[in-house]
Amino acid sequence: MIDHLPALQVVIPLIAAPLSALFRPGRAVWGLAMAASGLSLLIAILLLRQVLEQGVISYPMGNWPAPWGIEYRVDAANAFMLLIVSMIGTVVIAFARTVVEQRIRLPEHKQPWFYTAYLLCLTGLLGMIVTGDAFNVFVFLEISSLSSYVLISLGRDRRALTAAYQYLIMGTIGATFILIGIGLLYVMTGTLNMMDLAARIPAVSGTRTIRAAFAFLTVGVSLKLALFPLHLWLPNAYAYAPSPVTAFLAATATKVAIYVLLRFFFTIFGAEFSFNVMELDRILLPLALIGIFSASVVAIFQTNVKRMLAYSSVAQIGYMILGVSLVSVTGLTSTLSHLFNHALMKGTLFMALGCISFRIGAASLDRMAGVGRVMPWTMGAFVIGGLSLIGAPLTAGFVSKWYLILGALERGWWPVAALVLLTSLLAVIYLWRVVEVAYFKPAPERPVREAPLALLIPTWTLALANLYFGMETSLNAGVARRAAETLLGVAP
Amino acid sequence: MQILGLYNYWIFIVLMMCGFYVVMSRGNLVKKLVGLNIFQTSVFILYISMGKIIGGTAPIIVNQPDVVYSNPIPHVLILTAIVVGIATTSLGLALVVRINEAYGTIEEDEIHEQDEEESL
Repeated sequence: MIDHLPALQVVIPLIAAPLSALFRPGRAVWGLAMAASGLSLLIAILLLRQVLEQGVISYPMGNWPAPWGIEYRVDAANAFMLLIVSMIGTVVIAFARTVVEQRIRLPEHKQPWFYTAYLLCLTGLLGMIVTGDAFNVFVFLEISSLSSYVLISLGRDRRALTAAYQYLIMGTIGATFILIGIGLLYVMTGTLNMMDLAARIPAVSGTRTIRAAFAFLTVGVSLKLALFPLHLWLPNAYAYAPSPVTAFLAATATKVAIYVLLRFFFTIFGAEFSFNVMELDRILLPLALIGIFSASVVAIFQTNVKRMLAYSSVAQIGYMILGVSLVSVTGLTSTLSHLFNHALMKGTLFMALGCISFRIGAASLDRMAGVGRVMPWTMGAFVIGGLSLIGAPLTAGFVSKWYLILGALERGWWPVAALVLLTSLLAVIYLWRVVEVAYFKPAPERPVREAPLALLIPTWTLALANLYFGMETSLNAGVARRAAETLLGVAP
Repeated sequence: MQILGLYNYWIFIVLMMCGFYVVMSRGNLVKKLVGLNIFQTSVFILYISMGKIIGGTAPIIVNQPDVVYSNPIPHVLILTAIVVGIATTSLGLALVVRINEAYGTIEEDEIHEQDEEESL
């Protein structure tokens, strides 16, 4: 049983997905989805422990040995990612039940299909992380993308439909670019296994085909992770999707795409080829900085708070890419640590917003006047998430900002470090707009009650995790560092 | 001669660019999907070309030592991608149907106009 954990990680949600379509609407189907995601969280924890103690786990799918069969390969980096995705997946599904029952554009008898799409999305994301086969990444990418288009289109606003369509077009272009890239790699090396690719690419790395493959993969994955200026699908998709879907996608989908990018850059092509021969950092650094700055400024002028946080996500992705472009253990540690911390903070913020829109209908600034007085617990979680987003000390967000600034100073790039601090202030401005409206405007005249416990408990779980991991950093800094060393090839 | 000999790769590039152009330039949501389909299909040709060996036969074991086989793996891979393409197209078309029900149009600029009016 314990040997099969890497496969079970993907297989359990994959089997639960069609099963949940057979259920009647109600608590049973939610229980099934909850059990499936809870089990994958448990497996992720076990895998991480096993990897930290014994090193890399290699699992031959169907017992076909590695370069011929599909290999699932778990090292510190993807065990860490598995934990993030399955953790958020579980917390959000706990949150989703009440929203799905009352606030989603689905007739009641079709509600179980929500869980089918959700679990398929989870399967896809977990699969992309755990697999050691380049083509398998594409397949799982499409599983997660197709189901996320469906999930986004379930929003109550009709603009959710156009947002989903837009994402479908952009996402498919990105995925097709990835497909071309993988095809070109196969032409040159005759293999799809990541380790095998890494061993064979140096012999042919001077060819134009490999360079073209590198370019296609970079652009394709950047579209999926919403790197500025390829982020145009993201704000609408996040703004109009149902709140559990936004919380889930914002906390996991773009993170997994960043992980895939790291895998391709560092493991398959190697840091030497990616950053010394192709000089990718020269493109990533300015794009990351412009992305952080422009998205933060745009966020300040949004009146829909969900959209504001969506732009803030684009900025946060910039911080992660900035960490990559430093090409050092510290820089990469900040990226991986921020993957984890950002999942916590954006999960908290979007779930708190979900609580608010559950009670008042929409998350626009003018309707949120005074909600801080009538929904103190919800706004309390929002403030904690916000502080973490800014990077206040004692919150999770501080840890990754700290490493990012440290990494920039290590390279002697103090203007970059200064910009990171400056743009954190921009985050203060847009979050302050929300806090001001919620606490200092008179309370709404209509009676508004605090959100139900079923929504508050998952929201506060993540909010408290923000505080916990701000003080206990062995996971989001210690393990992240180990993962960064693995990716850079410093440690096995 | 080499340029002509690679003609299937040229077809791949031309089709890919045609599809990409249609996706970006058309405002009609169905036409965009058609473009997306052409774009995806071009990649099928890329994969099929790279598995083909001139004079190669189907990869079935026969008891003759000098038989040349085509590489079946790219063909199998692209079967998966074809399935993905079908799923994407059907989901895209389903979304277009729903958009048409919600907005009464499938022209991008008209949808945009309606959204602008609503937000005023």
